Amino acid sequence: MTATAETTTGSRGSQPPVPDGAVTVTVKIRRFNPEFDDEPRWDSFDIPALPSDRVLNLLHHIKWYVDGTLTFRRSCAHGICGSDAMRINGVNRLACKVLLKDLLQKGDKHTTITIEPIKGLPVNKDLLVDMEPFFEAFRAVKPYLVTYGNEPTRERIQSAADRERFDDTTKCILCACCTTSCPVYWTEGSYFGPAAIVSAHRFIFDSRDEGAEERLDILNDIDGVWRCRTTFNCTDACPRGIQVTKAIQEVKRALLFKRV
Amino acid sequence: MQFHKYDVVIIGAGGAGMRAAIESGQRARTAVLTKLYPTRSHTGAAQGGMCAALANVEEDNWEWHTFDTIKGGDYLVDQDAAEIMAKEAIDAVLDLEKMGLPFNRTPEGKIDQRRFGGHTRNHGEAAVRRACYAADRTGHMILQTLYQNCVKHGIEFFNEFYVLDICLTETENGPVCTGAVAYELATGEIHVFQAKSVVFATGGFGKVFKTTSNAHTLTGDGMGIIFRKGLPLEDMEFYQFHPTGLAGLGILLTEGARGEGAILRNASGERFMERYAPTIKDLAPRDIVARSMALEVLEGRGAGPNKDYVLLDCTHLGAEVLETKLPDITEFARTYLAVDPVVEPVPVYPTAHYAMGGIPTNIHGEVLRDNDNVVPGLYAAGECACVSVHGANRLGTNSLLDINVFGRRAGIAAAEYALSRDEHVELPENPAAQVEAQVALALSEHGQERVADIRTELQATMDANASVYRTEDTLKQALHDVQALKERYAHISVQDKGKRFNTDLLEAVELGFLLELAEVLVHGALARKESRGGHAREDYPNRDDTNFMRHSMFYKQGEGLTADIRLDYKPVTFTRYKPMERKY
Repeated sequence: MTATAETTTGSRGSQPPVPDGAVTVTVKIRRFNPEFDDEPRWDSFDIPALPSDRVLNLLHHIKWYVDGTLTFRRSCAHGICGSDAMRINGVNRLACKVLLKDLLQKGDKHTTITIEPIKGLPVNKDLLVDMEPFFEAFRAVKPYLVTYGNEPTRERIQSAADRERFDDTTKCILCACCTTSCPVYWTEGSYFGPAAIVSAHRFIFDSRDEGAEERLDILNDIDGVWRCRTTFNCTDACPRGIQVTKAIQEVKRALLFKRV
Repeated sequence: MQFHKYDVVIIGAGGAGMRAAIESGQRARTAVLTKLYPTRSHTGAAQGGMCAALANVEEDNWEWHTFDTIKGGDYLVDQDAAEIMAKEAIDAVLDLEKMGLPFNRTPEGKIDQRRFGGHTRNHGEAAVRRACYAADRTGHMILQTLYQNCVKHGIEFFNEFYVLDICLTETENGPVCTGAVAYELATGEIHVFQAKSVVFATGGFGKVFKTTSNAHTLTGDGMGIIFRKGLPLEDMEFYQFHPTGLAGLGILLTEGARGEGAILRNASGERFMERYAPTIKDLAPRDIVARSMALEVLEGRGAGPNKDYVLLDCTHLGAEVLETKLPDITEFARTYLAVDPVVEPVPVYPTAHYAMGGIPTNIHGEVLRDNDNVVPGLYAAGECACVSVHGANRLGTNSLLDINVFGRRAGIAAAEYALSRDEHVELPENPAAQVEAQVALALSEHGQERVADIRTELQATMDANASVYRTEDTLKQALHDVQALKERYAHISVQDKGKRFNTDLLEAVELGFLLELAEVLVHGALARKESRGGHAREDYPNRDDTNFMRHSMFYKQGEGLTADIRLDYKPVTFTRYKPMERKY
């Protein structure tokens, strides 16, 4: 991507009152709307914000009071729905889980926050990317319980220890922070990516599941787990604290030793 | 304009929509339209559990669950529906387990259960362990499991398709639902979906309030569409405030925390719920706990520098219980308030949470057009619907149950209805005309009002005047404010004029629905001169069964955002439970 001129955009009418304790920060956002723009650019916005604000609050402030065309996804605003994955100061985060106080410069130094779309997926508009390739990889690993034979009348019995075995990977919210932080995924979009492997792991290590072999076959593919170079970006990026790289390693081990 | 033809169209991909899709998709050609991606829906934010009388850890039966639901709803519950829900709860939980949901387990490997507000043994004797759970992310697991099973069954999704209208075709027997009209966010194109049956599963409208556990996207679109069609909405004055929102933020902290033994305390450390609900204390239903908290604050016993919240004390539970059974809420408190629940109590205050009312349906999910007749081909389930299993106050966990039981029922009924019809009923003339006009108007230059300003003012007046406690004066103020905001809405300006992912336009349309529903809520609250469940009138503190043991039915009179509202009533269905005074 080529560097482009920075512009500071004007306001959308009068501004709302500035709350006590607010500081002025610069939010520098990668903008691109293929409907009107030939190439991406950076826009900078100086806005008042509270240290307790989430980055999502800053984006809302810009959209609501400065530039209504700024486009991003969001829904729950507390880290559960996985809509607002973006690259904040160079690392993948959910905008609703990063507080401004953790980004402020020490002392009186001015703070600039850089926000870009997550990498490796086509940009549709500003911070909003095409999620279809991501969900396609998810769907490809048979991300559902596979069982054969008759169903029991009551629940299947599972020991607390067996339930614990795959607990970590059940936390995934499919936000794509991990997959789009992976350098392999950036260059090889055909790689399933960490999130799809996490979803496979969640079933491979579920004692009730009988589809491990099918899933391991899929992940043994040229675009499967062996592409992983254990850079741990995915683990750092996961907003749910999932040990993503460890899960990938466990899948690799299951393939090597043919047992889960 | 693009045209599609399906047997069944489901609108919304949260728990109810996807549960319906799993049934419908295996029987008939089904499309799911959702304004988000399916896994973004707010079902995923539900935490504590889903009740069913499995009796895995102690004696329980579904009749007790039925009674608790009816008493919890302050007797405004339709008792036949509550009985169905409690009875079918057991299979609903077992079905989810078979679909792969990773429930927490007992030492014997069965689904574990914990206590929850208002769920009791033998008609109120003591709290019972009835809530099946997966840590404090039960809703997340339900949403993921349902989506996984939609993938398994190859359900067809239209993601980021925002439905703005339904098609009703007039026949000699009244209106019949024949399709839906959607705005595709990616392109700005309008799509008409012709269908034999349509299921609404569009969720709630918590964003009429400022302090809410609801997502930004919960703007009542489905209820708004129905209302604009002249079809009724039921019991809209009953809105639930969840007791334990993170103070000032509204982010939900599960009732499951109190189910595991956490205690609410006021500034002096007193366990104040002992005064309000001596038998089950902190596990009283949500309306009672929320009012008790508000009273503590009003009477000067609130905690914090402004004495404007109370404290949820989890410190005696120990780090292990918090990390294993309540990990997410522990993290929320740490992330958003910098408070560690392991060592210090968490500031909490009621947060707008759940609409008990909604689109009236019968027990098959069929939408009513008046007290006695349904709209053939039109179904609703989940928070947007009112069966009514929640009456005047929903019990904790019963929403996850509702979406599974009635989502399933609506999906089956919609598919069977579609299969019973040979031909699609013809669409009305120009089915997309209304949506095209709506979008064109929103994008045209017709004023300088900012959507954010109107929304902020709406949320402020609703928080101040129509929340936990209400009076004639506050409600009149709210009504006045909402009506004035509706006038201003006619002059909103949408800055983004593009076709591609125009979320600026989306927010403007959503605000229209919010204003509409806020007025219905306030209108109903003014008319209901009694206190019942989640509707507490300071000027009418008692329940009045003589005049108000009946459902409210709201109809829009005429066109336009400022049209009048007509209020009618519908009888409550009783089977075996006589109304009693509600004590816990």
